[in-house]
Amino acid sequence: MQNTHHETLEENQARHLDSVCTNESELDHPWWHNFKYLIVGILFGITLVKSEIISWFRIQEMFHLASFHMYGVIGTAVVIGSIGVFIVKKLRLKSIYGEDIHIDSKTFNKGQIIGASLFGIGWAMTGACPGPLYAQIGSGFFAISVTLLSALAGTWVYGALREKLPH
Amino acid sequence: MIELLSQPWPWYVAGTIAGLMVPLLLILGNKKFGISSSLRHTCAAVIPANIRFFRYEWKKEQWNLFFVVGIFVGGFIAGTVLHNSEPPIVAESLRSQLSLWGINDFTGLLPSDIFSFEALFSVKGIVFMIVGGFLVGFGTRYAGGCTSGHTIMGLSNFQVPSLIATIFFMIGGFFSAHFIVPFILQNL
Repeated sequence: MQNTHHETLEENQARHLDSVCTNESELDHPWWHNFKYLIVGILFGITLVKSEIISWFRIQEMFHLASFHMYGVIGTAVVIGSIGVFIVKKLRLKSIYGEDIHIDSKTFNKGQIIGASLFGIGWAMTGACPGPLYAQIGSGFFAISVTLLSALAGTWVYGALREKLPH
Repeated sequence: MIELLSQPWPWYVAGTIAGLMVPLLLILGNKKFGISSSLRHTCAAVIPANIRFFRYEWKKEQWNLFFVVGIFVGGFIAGTVLHNSEPPIVAESLRSQLSLWGINDFTGLLPSDIFSFEALFSVKGIVFMIVGGFLVGFGTRYAGGCTSGHTIMGLSNFQVPSLIATIFFMIGGFFSAHFIVPFILQNL
């Protein structure tokens, strides 16, 4: 019994490693409850394409300071997101399942410098962060599946080398 | 309505929807907006190879995979039902700069000169699509998040590590756009 508990703990630690997006819920839902996230994803995907966030040209414009567009998108998103988080915390809102909403704090590690710089380099090359990769493929740029596979390979290699990299 | 939605959406509409993802996902199920983790969960599901970083119950995170499949479907809807055949607007200064560097296709959201199956047979295409993609996957995981997890979710929650990550996303991007991208376009 003790052993099982220990393993669960280790499993949880592995899942939360340097991650900004893991989620621990005490609730156990049937898998089809996840369809609501598919709907939200569809809304986000349409937005990514229609506002040209998936455009390689828009990303080049951003890094050449040739257009305000991307700064407007990201700036507005952060302002709206902050107001959302503020309201959620202030009113102690609960999830639709009645669960308390909690957001873990992030801890600093060198990955946020080294890894972030490497991602920045790739971002300007591909003109895409991970979200737009999915949206680009969906909107008909099928060749980007190769880029997505390569991003999966990059993630896997990071996982394999993780212990050897400075953090 | 379809006509209106087919036009390019302004930045404030896109920013508002992207920002609303944060409280929406929290309220729907205590989920934190983040997309690059879907790459990790896919590795954990498909090729964990006994690597500790991928040995966890990815099924607990499957909401994230539903979310990215949604992004894919959304992309499909935007590219079909809401399709707009007008070429995208590209700032004139950038267009002339890119032309000098050998980009000729300004008809779509991605230049087919470097992003197409044909381009995979050129060194240029391989570097942009494969090396670029690798850096996106490796870098976001090393950084612990991407533009959504750090820049939007993290900054919305006033996280200093996310601010640091965002600053370095931009530094890497500026460096790449001004030195690496022109170098590859002109020399490979």
